[in-house]
Order: sequence, then C-alpha cells, then structure tokens
Amino acid sequence: MRIVLSYPNFQFILYSYIVVTSAFNKAPSYIQALMTVTLTINNLTRELDLDPGTRLIFVLRDEFALNGAKLGCGLEQCGACVVLVDGQPTYSCTKPIGELAGKHIETVEGLVDDDGHLHAIQDAFLELNAAQCGYCTAGLIMRVKALLSDNPKPSRAEICAALDGHLCRCGAHPRIIDAVASAAAKLRVRER
Amino acid sequence: MPANIERTPRLDRWIRVEENGTIIVSTGKVEIGQGIKTALAMIAAEELDVSVQRIRVQTADTEITPNEFVTAGSMSIEDSGSAVRVASATARQILLELAAEKLDADVSSLTVEDGFVTSTESNEQTDYWSLHSGNLFEVDINEVPSLKDPHTYHTVGTKTTRTDLVAKVRGDVAFVQDLRLPHMWHGRLIKPPTANSTLVECPDVIDLPGVEIVRDGSFVGVVAQREELAVTAAQRLAARVKWQSEPLTPAMLGIPAYLRTHVSKSLPVVNGMPLDEPVAEHVRPIDAVQTLDASYYRPFQMHASIGPSVACAQFVNGKLTVHSHSQGVELLKRALADVLDLSLDRVRVIHAEGAGCYGHNGADDVGLDAALLAIAIQPRPVMVKWTRADEHGFEPYTPAAVIDMQASLDGDGRIIDWCHDTFSFSHNGRPRPSPGHTNLQTAWWRGKPITPVPRQPAMMAEVGIHRNLEPIYTLPHKRLVKHFVAHSPLRTSSLRSLGAFANVFAIESFMDELAHAADTNPLEFRLAHLEDDRAREVLDLLHRRAPVLSPDDNAGRGIAMARYKNRQTYCAVMVDVHVDYDGQVRLDHAVISADAGLVIDPDGLVNQLEGGFIQAASWALKEQVTWDHEGVTSRDWESYPILTFSEVPTIETYLVDRRVDKAMGAGEASTGPTPAAIANAIFAAVGVRVRELPFTPERVKHAAG
Ligand code: FES
Ligand code: FES
Repeated sequence: MRIVLSYPNFQFILYSYIVVTSAFNKAPSYIQALMTVTLTINNLTRELDLDPGTRLIFVLRDEFALNGAKLGCGLEQCGACVVLVDGQPTYSCTKPIGELAGKHIETVEGLVDDDGHLHAIQDAFLELNAAQCGYCTAGLIMRVKALLSDNPKPSRAEICAALDGHLCRCGAHPRIIDAVASAAAKLRVRER
Repeated sequence: MPANIERTPRLDRWIRVEENGTIIVSTGKVEIGQGIKTALAMIAAEELDVSVQRIRVQTADTEITPNEFVTAGSMSIEDSGSAVRVASATARQILLELAAEKLDADVSSLTVEDGFVTSTESNEQTDYWSLHSGNLFEVDINEVPSLKDPHTYHTVGTKTTRTDLVAKVRGDVAFVQDLRLPHMWHGRLIKPPTANSTLVECPDVIDLPGVEIVRDGSFVGVVAQREELAVTAAQRLAARVKWQSEPLTPAMLGIPAYLRTHVSKSLPVVNGMPLDEPVAEHVRPIDAVQTLDASYYRPFQMHASIGPSVACAQFVNGKLTVHSHSQGVELLKRALADVLDLSLDRVRVIHAEGAGCYGHNGADDVGLDAALLAIAIQPRPVMVKWTRADEHGFEPYTPAAVIDMQASLDGDGRIIDWCHDTFSFSHNGRPRPSPGHTNLQTAWWRGKPITPVPRQPAMMAEVGIHRNLEPIYTLPHKRLVKHFVAHSPLRTSSLRSLGAFANVFAIESFMDELAHAADTNPLEFRLAHLEDDRAREVLDLLHRRAPVLSPDDNAGRGIAMARYKNRQTYCAVMVDVHVDYDGQVRLDHAVISADAGLVIDPDGLVNQLEGGFIQAASWALKEQVTWDHEGVTSRDWESYPILTFSEVPTIETYLVDRRVDKAMGAGEASTGPTPAAIANAIFAAVGVRVRELPFTPERVKHAAG
C-alpha cells in the first residue's frame, strides 16, 4: 500500500503493509520467528515471546525499561552497553537473547540493594565525580564489578587493561581509574 | 547588570521556591557533562544561603527557561552564572524583607541557614518556603542587588558531588535515550554515501511487516514499533537503495595545498579582531639575526561522541515537540520552524542530556530527522537514533587548518618580528537563521531541498579560525592573518575551542623552536616575552610543581601555555613522554596549572581541565577524519580510534584561586596548549620536530627522516 501524506510545503511518501492509523495501539504482531525465551535479569525471571535473534540491549531497554545498558556503537567497540552474563562482562549490543536462556543477566540497576543502598563501586564513582556526561559510566561500573571479583586489588596497569574495551570521550579517565581503586579498597574493608 | 538578566528581567523566570522547600533555578544553558547544573546550583545556594541539595536546576526548554542562546565558548559560568547570581541575590533580598516584616525585626538582624531565617533579636524563625507565596517573584530585576562578599563564601569554592551523577550511576532516567513516551515508535535512517548523493532507487516495500518507509527526496528513514525491527529494516533497506554521488573534492591528501591556494578571503587580525582590509606586505626587519619558518597542520577531526545523536519528536495537532541534546535549543527551534514552515509558537524544543561531545555534533540534524518521521506517523512520538556509522560519517567536523609561522630573532635572542597565517574552513555551522538557507543537513536532501547557509568568515573578536591567533606574548611587531576558505569537502562546524586548538598548537610549538634557536630554555624564553602577570604566575606554578623527569634517553618534557580567547582562563600544560624506537609516543605524566579567576566548583574545574587535556591529547596522537572518492572512511572506532585508558597519563592539576576576580570559563582552556606540549616533549625526547597532527608512529618516524 502506498500512502501519500501531505503537509504544508512538502510531501511524504509512506510505503507500508499496514495503514498507519490503524496500527496505533495495536499489539505487536509482526515478528516472524517468535520463540518463548526465559530471561533472568537482576534476579527477576520473565518469559518473553521474541525473535531469539533480538539483541539483548533492546530487550533490556525496551522490554524491561532498564537504562543501564547504553547504545554506543553496536559493534563491540566502545563498552557503553556492557552488562554481566553469569558474572562475565558481555556486550549487550550484539548478544542475541536466544543464547541467554537460563543465564543470569545483571545491569547497573541490579547493584542497588533492596534498601536502596548503592554498591561500593557506585559510591566510589559518585564520591570522586568519576564522569562528565556519564554515558560511559554504567558499562564501566559493570566491567569493574567483574574485575574486582577476579582481582580484589588491581594495580593501575591492571585497571587500565581491564577498562580498555571501554571508551570515554569526555576524558574522565583519571578519576574513573581512581574510583576503581577506591571501590576496591571499600570492598576489601567490607569483606573483612 | 548581566546581559541575560537585561534580556529576561522577570525574577520568576530564573528562580522559583516550591512549598516542599525545593528551589528551582532555570537556565537557558544545557548540561553537556561540563557540570553546569552543579556549578549553577552552587552559585544559587551561595547567594540564597541554602544547601546545594535544595536546588534543582531546570535546563533549557524553549517554553520555560530564559533564552541564553547556545551553550558554547565556555561562556556558561560567565553568562548564566552571573545571571543566576544576581537573580538569587534579588530573591534573597525579597524574602528577607518579607521575613523582617513577619518577624517584626530589622533585615540586618536576620540570619539565614539553609533557607531558615532567624531574627537574632527575638530568636523567632521562619523559612523561605512559607514566606514565598503566589506572585512574589513576578517582578523585574532592575538593579544589581548587593551581592555576597566572595571572602565569606562557604559553598562556592568547595568540593561537592555532581548533582546529575546519582541517576547516572544508578541507571535511572538521565538521557534523551531514556525517554519512553506512550506509544513511542523507533526510527532509523538510511544515510547516503556522501552529503551530495542523490537517491536513484529505493524499494517501496520491505519484507518486514509493520515497518514503514518514509521518503522525502533523498531522505530515507524507517519507523517501527520496535527498535530492533527498525534497526533490521534500516540495514536491509540500506543494502537495496541506490545512490548517485559526486566524489568529495578536493581529495584528502590535497588539503594542505588546497587551503593555501583556494583562499576566499584574507583578513589581517589586530587585537584578536579580523579587519576587512588588505593584508599589509611583510618586510623582514633588517636587524634580524635569525629567521625561522615552520608550517603546522591539523586534519579534519570529529566530536566522536560515545552515544550517537538522537532525538525524540512528536507532532500533535500541528505542534511539534522535540526532545534533543542540542547545545542550542533556541537555534534548533528556529531552524525547525523555518524548514518545516511552522510558526515559532508551534515548535518546542526541550533539552535532555546526550553523550558528551563538546560542540555541534549531529544533535540538531537528528532533531529534523525525528521531526520528519514524527510528522509522517503523527500523532505518535518517535525516537530516532543515528548509528555509529551515521555519526562518524555525518556529524559536522572541525575543519582542517594549515598554519604558517615565521619569526625573526635579534642578536640577544629576542623576537623582533612575528608572522602567523592560518588557512582554514568555517567553524560556524550551527543552525542559525538565514533566509532561504539552512544548516540542518537533512533539509538539503528533501524533495524540495533547501541549500546550506553560505559560509562567511566570522568577524567578531576571538572566534572561528582566528580564535587565539593573537599570541599572548608582547612582541614588537606582529603580522597576523586569517585566510578563510569557503568551500570544504566535508561539512564543518564548532568543536571544543574552535581554531584555538590549531593556533595555540602552532604558536606554542614555534615558541619552543625559537627557544632552541636562541639557545634558551623554553620556559625562560617564554617569560622573557611575557608581560601578563597572571600568565607568568601560571607558568611559575607549573614550573614549581614539576616532578623529577625520567632520566631515560628517549624521555622528554614539553611545556605550552595560552589564555583561552585571550580573555578567559589561563592554562599551562607540561607533558612527559617516552618515544619508542618505532615512533610510538607514550604519555607518562602531565601537569596542568590554571587561573580561572574565582573558582566556583574546584573539582568540576579540574575535571574540565583534565578532560580537555585528554580530548586534545587524543586529537594530537590519534585522530583524523579520512575519506576517499566514495565518502568518509573513518566510520567506526577502529578506523577513527581515540585515546584508551592505557594511553592516558597520570595527571596533576593545580589552580590559582582568585577569590575577588571574576569567574572565567575554563572548559576549553587546556585543549590548545596540550598538542604543543606533546610536540615539544617529543622534540626534547628524541630531537624530532612533529608539525603535522596526529603524531602517529609513521609521522614521528617520517619527521625523524
Ligand atoms: S554499544 Fe556495545 S560495544 Fe559499543
Ligand atoms: S563521561 Fe562522557 S563518555 Fe565518559
């Protein structure tokens, strides 16, 4: 079907299978290969009927209204979308949900405890104002969580090596590196 | 009286007191990661005597906030900061007069703590929020109220937690991307190979049900109820559309020669101001003992925001609303109204944060993309995101520049003659009003195209190509020329510090070359030509804080300094590098010293100076936009790499705090000195002078011969 919408000084041509107006409020019914996928995100388990090829980031952001995973490149090059899958840092921008059944997905929202207390890593980022725009922050925090559970006392070089899969355009690097060291110290004290 | 108060004198446009004890401060500026919300909250809290936590800063919304134009040029603290200070002091005065009446006391006997007002005579108390009622602030600010003595400040100048960060570390709604309007659709674009391409073939349908294709001339977009589907549709469609393009001219390698040979206008620059006069012929002084020439080059570089540009738009009953991370919502509103033929009252642009970029990136363009898609599927809102390749390929870049320097020294090693010629393209590509033209790129591609705003040389003081073309040094004879080249192969606009980056890179590299020619130490050489005491103090501070330099053979240290726009923050930078045998430059350590006048938010200031250093170091070492006859080829982070965590040096920053001097913008102060300090350090390390950015291993090896 071809619809021509005209509007003051110009014309749009809108090609579509469905008439736009009637699609308003319609339940989504257009995905080809639907499958029921069971996902556990931040300890919450939900069943979803989705194409198993759907990338995790869109499910997190659009189905679960979680903001932590940010779309940066969609190419595994910037780290803005990093979340943990069974504790492993994972680029949610490319991860198909079909591969995630039975696995535990953790986002930055999941770090806040039930009483609303922030995780030591979040606290450290705040205390050191370890950001400028903060677009890279949530992905970094997840990477740091994985780093500190493997290596509770990383050196500066180890911190940098771990964060090299993440880009920050604002140049907040020095304070981010300091925040990781500070979070590590906080966690070691808490563990004692 | 601050100019922005004169423009918007009504007090309640700036400050409102809520019943629950929150104080809302409105600004026409926007948060771009520079921490302006926090700094303005501190200024208001200080004048009002409340805690920073009580303040909520409302940033630009064309229907609510005062019009404070663009958030650019490091002017927010000076423009909005001084306006908020005056508005807050006025509000305080009104509230105190009311309190005096209520408590039956003299205003001078009142003390205020966190908004609670106490009479020292009777000990009776009231507070701002119970005093404030109805139309109390519906008054004009006609005179500057008495302002707090900076020596008594207890909030301004202290460290505080950035007010916007809590949401960002928690994953709460913080960015445009996080808006989820009811029934919102998602849009993606099918961008042409180059800005001059024409669409010749486009399928009418796509084998994905529920996806709409929106076409208007060579503008092609897709909309879908689900984001994933919009992404897939755009990818499939991109593989099937056909374009016809003209090659981008001139070719990449020809840029330096082209800049020198295609000058549209040459303008002498005097006291930071270009003059519409012929350039005087240059005569070399007869007492010159040595004359040095050097040419420097900066390629096209990009903002390269971590989040690609995005906008959310909705068109209901003939009214357009756009949520945008544009740095100039008023300009965008105007441009959208012009392009879409809507009256101004039918367009509203609301700022919401995006990823940091420090300049004019794709934010405004995607605003029009979203508007076009929203009109096509009205009344539904649509969230439109550029892809990484869209952003890298179509954001307006900072222009390439060639800088030719020449100077003569007398027998005492003093500069007696100084020539500086900068050849470059326009930095002025924001969507400003211009009848019959527009800078919103998508409008160039529509069925009824509107052409770009013709580029003209900027003629104000210290802008565009000639920003910081004027050296800070006191020199007996100067010949400064700005050469404006109108036609650029790539679209260009404003990026952090504009021409200052290239000019200061050239000036401060050349000062180092001259110091070596005069057989003087670079610091002494600078001081010998520097009369500005504040500049001398910043250099001295840098020198005093210098750590011990590594004794390694291939290690070296370089310094550089400038005063941004020759009227804002003074900043000096010292960099220690190691240069490997294969030409790889490693930044070991950096020291920054700065004088930004009164320091409002010291931690924020350090963050800005260090962030500016890192962005500039990234431009200096790694970045350049590349293209071939088919279009821009640096379309992702592999082909356009930026500095990584491992490549960032340790940094120490020292501030000169001047309580009684005016606060000056600092967000762009460290960018200019940085590449020069690095180049000078490379020379000190291995005796190789690099004059072409970026200093890649190949360039360093090539310069070594
Ligand atoms: S968005 Fe996933 S790595 Fe960039
Ligand atoms: S803080 Fe802006 S990208 Fe890292």
